[in-house]
Amino acid sequence: MTAGVDLSPKAQAIGSDEDVVRVRQLVRTVAVAVKLSLVDQTKLVTAASELARNTLIYGGGGSAEVTVVDDGRRRGVRIVFADSGPGIPDLDLALTDGYTTGGGLGLGLSGARRLVDEFDVETAAGNGTRVTVTKWSR
Amino acid sequence: MALTAEESGRLVGLLAAHAERVVQRWADIVAASLHGRLSQAELRLQVQELHRSMIDAGAEGLTDIQSEGAGELRAALAELSRGWARQGFSATETAVGLYALKDVLVELAEAGEVELRDVVAFGGLIDRMGLFTFETYVHTREGLIADQAEQLLELSTPVVKIWDGVVAVPLVGTLDSARAQVVMERLLQTLVDTGSPHAIIDITGVPAVDTQVAQHILKTVVAARLMGADCIISGIRPQIAQTIVALGIEFGDIATKASLADALRHVLRLTGVEAARRQPRREA
Amino acid sequence: MERVPVLKIGDILLVSIQIDMSDQTALALQEDLAERIVATGCHGVIIDITALDIVDSFVGRMLSTIASISRVLDAETVVVGMRPAVAITLVELGLSLNGIRTALNVERGMELIAASREADLTYDGEVEYPEPGQTATSP
Repeated sequence: MTAGVDLSPKAQAIGSDEDVVRVRQLVRTVAVAVKLSLVDQTKLVTAASELARNTLIYGGGGSAEVTVVDDGRRRGVRIVFADSGPGIPDLDLALTDGYTTGGGLGLGLSGARRLVDEFDVETAAGNGTRVTVTKWSR
Repeated sequence: MALTAEESGRLVGLLAAHAERVVQRWADIVAASLHGRLSQAELRLQVQELHRSMIDAGAEGLTDIQSEGAGELRAALAELSRGWARQGFSATETAVGLYALKDVLVELAEAGEVELRDVVAFGGLIDRMGLFTFETYVHTREGLIADQAEQLLELSTPVVKIWDGVVAVPLVGTLDSARAQVVMERLLQTLVDTGSPHAIIDITGVPAVDTQVAQHILKTVVAARLMGADCIISGIRPQIAQTIVALGIEFGDIATKASLADALRHVLRLTGVEAARRQPRREA
Repeated sequence: MERVPVLKIGDILLVSIQIDMSDQTALALQEDLAERIVATGCHGVIIDITALDIVDSFVGRMLSTIASISRVLDAETVVVGMRPAVAITLVELGLSLNGIRTALNVERGMELIAASREADLTYDGEVEYPEPGQTATSP
């Protein structure tokens, strides 16, 4: 997990509070390397923080994988959060602003979706959750 | 379809054998289409360069424009079309610059120097060279447009300090999402840099306000509040006030003023500065 | 776990968050502050977040909670130094930080606390508070 021009995919396990901090720092490093604007960096790191916390609290821990993507015109950062927890029984409800089962503000999932360019959730009851987000440079 | 090695060999031979004539005619035909916008000498140099790199590519390199040996030729073509795009040449003019070579070949065929079958085959290669040139041309123009758009953003969003602790952004022109974002960031950064707790967003120069523009302005105001600064919106023209109401946009508790002067007076009153209009002195 | 230091300057507690806080550190700060307000009898708390490059919903909630707790303990909390990118992100995230007073920098924050303290002390029953949720109420 070195900084700088190393753009190979990087993974970070999420098993504790400190790991959420590490995910933030990893995402920040990659976002800077891909030259996202300051505001876009901030949005992506904030979204990553929310989603990593979800993985820890609701998924019972899991992992985050950060990759650099390129669609030919621009580059971006893609993060996949995966856990093997209980899954999200009602996704639409979970994506509603203010809905929470964990005593938070209920902005984690819905808020993170507004902060990124692409957002995808795969989940099934009892089969874990996989959230993929992408932010593109402008 | 690529040329066979024999065909490209014949083409290279032909170009080399009639070098002077090809370059001269090629330059002439292009010059006619450009109406003297490029000097004859300059044009001749550019054509000569292309001619030379075609011959240099050799029989191997000239079978197809994407072949390995054609690297230098591609570079020469790219350079030419980039140069022309920057000088404001149209797409047609750039294309004609290459297709003129086909006319030269036809003339050579009429003179019996080359077989008609070869002319058709060579034509195919020149077409592909033309497409490559065109691709580069479009690419260069896109780059130019992007640069200009960025310069325009820089130009059109000044944030000025108009009083101690008061900054103003006079918005002029259509606000799209990208521009609104730039304005928003610049305004907020200026608040931090100058330590100004008050900002006036003047929309006198904005021709129309739709839901999206209003959303951007509202978000800016909310973000400024989070940072500890207060925004006032001024310069709302009657039509815009009507649109805002018709669209059902809620400005909530955000202060709105008719003019920049009113907004400034409002801020000064808030901060306790007396702005008195000086009365003409009268003799009693 | 790292801890965020709480400094006392006159009648004000100053917290300058310089590290990327884990959730545990944030909760510890919340508890520390409540204890220090009571122990020192300070009437103002300034939380300087100039160094924070993000504020997510957890930290946002911590700031709101600190503001509410300090209000109960008769102290005013002002959050200062939020970066523009952080503010823009919070708006997009949908976090409004209701009930939190903010200022551009520490100096402005101190002015704000001094001003509202003065208004409090000269309260004679006729002053109207325009934003009841945002000002410290008199005991």
